[in-house]
Order: sequence, then C-alpha cells, then structure tokens
Amino acid sequence: MTQPSAGDRVIETRGLTKTYRGGQLAVDRLDLAVPRGSVFGFLGPNGSGKTTTIRMLLGLIEPSAGSARLLGEPMPRAARRVLPRVGALIEGPALYGFLSGRDNLVRYDAADPATDPRTRAHRVDHALERVGLAAAARKKARAYSLGMKQRLGLAAALLQPRELLVLDEPTNGLDPQGMREIRSLVRELAGDGTTVFLSSHLLDEIEQVCTHAAVMARGRLVTQGTVAALSAGTRGRLAVGTPDTADAVRVLKEHGVTDLVTAEERVTGELPAPNDGPPDLAEANAALVRAGVRVRAFGVERASLEDVFVQLTGEGFDVAG
Amino acid sequence: MSRVEMAGGAEASEGAGSSGGAGFSGHAGGAGAGSAAVRRAPRPLWSLGLLRNEIGTTFRRWRTLALLAVLAAVPVLIGVAVKIETSGEGGGSGGSGGAAFVSQITNNGLFLVFTALAVTLPVFLPLAVGVVAGDSVAGEAHAGTLRYLLVAPAGRTRLLLVKYATTLTFCLAATLAVAVSALVTGALLFPVGEVTLLSGTSVPFGEGLLRALAIAVVVALSLVGVAAIGLFVSTLTNSGIAAMATTVGLLIVVQILDNIPQLHAIQPYLFSHHWLSFADVLREPVYWDQLQKNFGLQALYAAVFGSAAWARFTARDVTA
Repeated sequence: MTQPSAGDRVIETRGLTKTYRGGQLAVDRLDLAVPRGSVFGFLGPNGSGKTTTIRMLLGLIEPSAGSARLLGEPMPRAARRVLPRVGALIEGPALYGFLSGRDNLVRYDAADPATDPRTRAHRVDHALERVGLAAAARKKARAYSLGMKQRLGLAAALLQPRELLVLDEPTNGLDPQGMREIRSLVRELAGDGTTVFLSSHLLDEIEQVCTHAAVMARGRLVTQGTVAALSAGTRGRLAVGTPDTADAVRVLKEHGVTDLVTAEERVTGELPAPNDGPPDLAEANAALVRAGVRVRAFGVERASLEDVFVQLTGEGFDVAG
Repeated sequence: MSRVEMAGGAEASEGAGSSGGAGFSGHAGGAGAGSAAVRRAPRPLWSLGLLRNEIGTTFRRWRTLALLAVLAAVPVLIGVAVKIETSGEGGGSGGSGGAAFVSQITNNGLFLVFTALAVTLPVFLPLAVGVVAGDSVAGEAHAGTLRYLLVAPAGRTRLLLVKYATTLTFCLAATLAVAVSALVTGALLFPVGEVTLLSGTSVPFGEGLLRALAIAVVVALSLVGVAAIGLFVSTLTNSGIAAMATTVGLLIVVQILDNIPQLHAIQPYLFSHHWLSFADVLREPVYWDQLQKNFGLQALYAAVFGSAAWARFTARDVTA
C-alpha cells in the first residue's frame, strides 16, 4: 500500500477511536482520507459517530486511540498552527444572544491570536455580506431566526481565507431556498480551491454537491471514495413502462435481463453484466417493439446514494440504536 | 455528475436573488474575506485582542451590570439609613467589624467607604464574583460558544487566562462600584474633612482618599481566591447555573466554618479568614502583618485552584 504524501490529504485519520466514559464506543478504528480540493460528503444516520469524529479532528475531543492529521499536521498537537486555516460549523451555530450579529463575529475573530485587528472590521463585514446578513448585522443575535443563526455560523467560518471548511449539517433549519444558497456557496468555495468536508444525514444533499463521500454506520466507516465510484458499485436498473407487462418480461428475459420485477404497468430488471461489451439497450427496445409490446417509457434508473447506503449497511437509514 | 456543471446551473438560476439582502452573494475571491488585503504576520500583541473583547463582552452583559448596580446601591442604603437614624439623636451604636466605622460616618462621609466595603466584603462582593467566575467557562460551554472559541483557535490555556483576568477585572470593578458609590453618597449626605485613623492620629482628607483607594485595592485582592475557586468549578460542568450555585454554596460553607470556634485549627487556611484585615490600612503606621497573611493566602488559593482549573480544562473533552 502506498503512503500518500501529506500534501494531497487534507484530512487523514488512522485507527481513530473514541470510547466515551461508560464504555460507549462512538467511533471505531476510523481510517478516513479526504483529498485536497474535494467536496467530501460525510454521511451516516444520526448517532453514527460523525460529530464525534469531527470534534476529534478539530481537537475538541481527545481520541482514545489512533491519530488524526489535519492539513498534514497532527491534531490536537498542532491546533494553533492548523486551526486558523480551518473554518468550522459544528452541530449548528452557537451565538451570544445579547450581542449583535456583527459583534458575535468580531468576538470569534478576536479569539484567534493570528488575526489582524486592523482588517477585522473589513473581514467581518465581508463575511456578513457573503452570507446575506449585512442588513441584519446590528440586530441582537437572539432575535435571529434559525436560518439567520445558521448563516451567521457560516459567516464565522468564512472570516478568513480557509484551506478547509468543516461543515456539520450546514443546512439544518434552513428553508429550501436557504439550502439551495448553501449548496451554491459550497460549490463556489470549492471552485476557489477550498476543500469542503460536509457532514449530513441528507443523502440527496451529499449527492448534489459532493465529489467524494464516506459512509459511517454505528461508529464504523462503511465505505469511502468518489461519489461516481460509489454509485457505480450498484448497476442501474432497466425500467420499462408498458401495459403489456407479461410480454415485456418474456422479451427482456431473452435479452439477458435478470431479477425482473413487475409492478403496475412497469417492469424493472437488472441489466446483464457488461463482460462482453455494454448491453445494447437500443436492441432490447427494438425487440420489445417487434414483439408488439407497447412501450411508454424506457430507460436506465441510476442508482442513488441511498441505494448504495442500503446495499452497504443492509439496513434502512434509521437512527442507530 | 460533474461539480462544475452543476455550479454553473445553480448560480445562473440564482441571479439577482440576493437583492433583498437575504441571499448569499456570489463574490469571487478566496474562501474568506480580506484575501485581497495584505496579510501581516501575526504579532504577539494581537493575542490580547481576546482579553479586550472578553472584558468588553462581560461588561455588556445585562447580568454584570445588574450585579454592579446592586453593589452600588448598598452604600446608598447604608448612607440613607445612617442619616435617618442619626438625624434625631447624636451618637451611633458602636460594635465590631464594619460597625466600628458606622459611628464615624456622621463625622466624616469618607467613613461610608470603609463601612460599605466592610459590609459587602463578607457576602455581596464574593457572591457577585462567584456568579461571574462560575459562569465564565461553564456558561460558554452551556451556550455552545466554547467550541467555536476553541476551534478559532483561542487556545485552552490562553482562554482560561483570559477568563481569569476578566474575573479579576470584575473583582476590581465591583469593589470600585461600592467604593465610588459610597464616596459620592458620603460626600452628599455628610460632612467630609480630616480623617481620624484607628490609631487616633488625624490625616488630611487627601491622604484619607488615598487610603480609601488602597483599601479598595486590598478588598479587590481579597477576592482573588474566590475568583480562582469559581473558575475551577466552572471548568467542571457544562451548566453555568450549577457552577454559580456551587461557588456561592462553597462561599457560604466557608463563612460558616470560619465562625465555629471549635474549628480554629483550620480557620487560618480559609480564604475569608483575613478579609477584614483591610482595616489595618487605617492605622498609622500601617499594620502589615494581617494584610500580608491575607495576600499570601489569596495567592495560594489562586495557585492551587488555578492549576486545578488548568489541569481540568486542558484535558477535557468538549462535547457541548
């Protein structure tokens, strides 16, 4: 196995384990590798160990065993050098209700000893503008809606140019428009070269923005890789919409389609393995028509991450017990 | 699916949606602001930014201001009470501790400062300090802001030092609130002039003022131990209320222990034991023995509980 150089891995953990007092195993020998420049989806049901992992990466929790490297440096030892280059939103925003939105950001900025006080006001205003809070900057944070608080939390992560953004459930509490805005912001940041590590329990969210993904279940890493590779693991299913289901099943069987399922004027089946070239769907379609099957719809349904998840864990997307 | 492809589509549809100030604006540039500005290398002095911000934040809290207001009201109450009490007859009732000063107030308003400090030091002042110190770390943990300060990264040792320094600033502010309020009330209600010290000699009013200021500083220093205990308790829990209650509870227990004669063996080690030694500043020459014992004891408490707080806070898992 080749040892990847520190430069192209933004996050790297080896055997990372956390056992809480009382013996609860929250994270179990995690080997995570997040390539630089990726939008990395960190996926798993509530309670699968995502947040504990993120807290260990950021030096908030001491691992019970194993090691974590952030931007090539060991955590939590190098926290002072590494964390100024990392923006984070952890388990939702936390604000000082009696301070204005702007003063909240000023405080978080002042907390970092490496920030320049001369550019503070400018950076704070720019971050507020970026998340669309400029108009509400002077309002007390306790009067903010959940969505506004989430935006302010994001603004805190954007106070400085960052190499890595760790966003834990960033769309929580946002309306669909807000979610869309976050997604476009994430893409924009990634376009600038920032690596984004995005945890979520919403599969479609990950699928829409991420280039890479890792799946956790019950404290263990189930899989990781590019989103394309993950969904390629499950081949798409052929779906035919037709009122003549019996004939369609017969014809498709002749063309090597297996696992045929009929449901309400719709036939789906597993395409044959492409060992002797990809199966010619046009052939199959023509054969159906020749056999007098009336075809309404014809196409391959791509496997979603949800299918991948169910296949990998053999379970639904429920809260881990 | 390509990320670039999708980004193009989503941004195009976004359009002018941010005109209402609600949308995320699509600025080009680095991940954060200021990428265009020249970045200066960090300087050691920048580290003090958090302390300045912490002090500002603490004194903007409604609770802090309420505590200071209550403390400032105590001398006013005493002054008014003494004025009403003595308007009919001539003398006051002499007693021990703070009461020794009370009889002097009618002769010299400056004595209201000494009286007010003697009255507030055993209970009100440490109570207020216990609230601020107890909430310092636990309150941040409870609100969840602690995790953001730590990933900023504030640094655990630095944050703890900032919290302690801010608590000590509050000790001084609280003491001065009492002293200044007492001085103003005393000057308004009673005559001021030459100060007769406890040893019988008289000093001019100016020197009396200086001694009053010295006493305020001594009283503030007497609270150093309580502040350290409060800070330590604050690192133990994620509940600000629990930390405040524990600190105040400890304070009451210690005060009771200090008044049980059978426990005289341990009493010299209780942080409140030498508190009223500040009266020795009003002697000519100043009687330093008890004062030094007080300072030594406060330093000991600060060292022991400060270390304990550091050991706890730097090793702790922040899960809130």
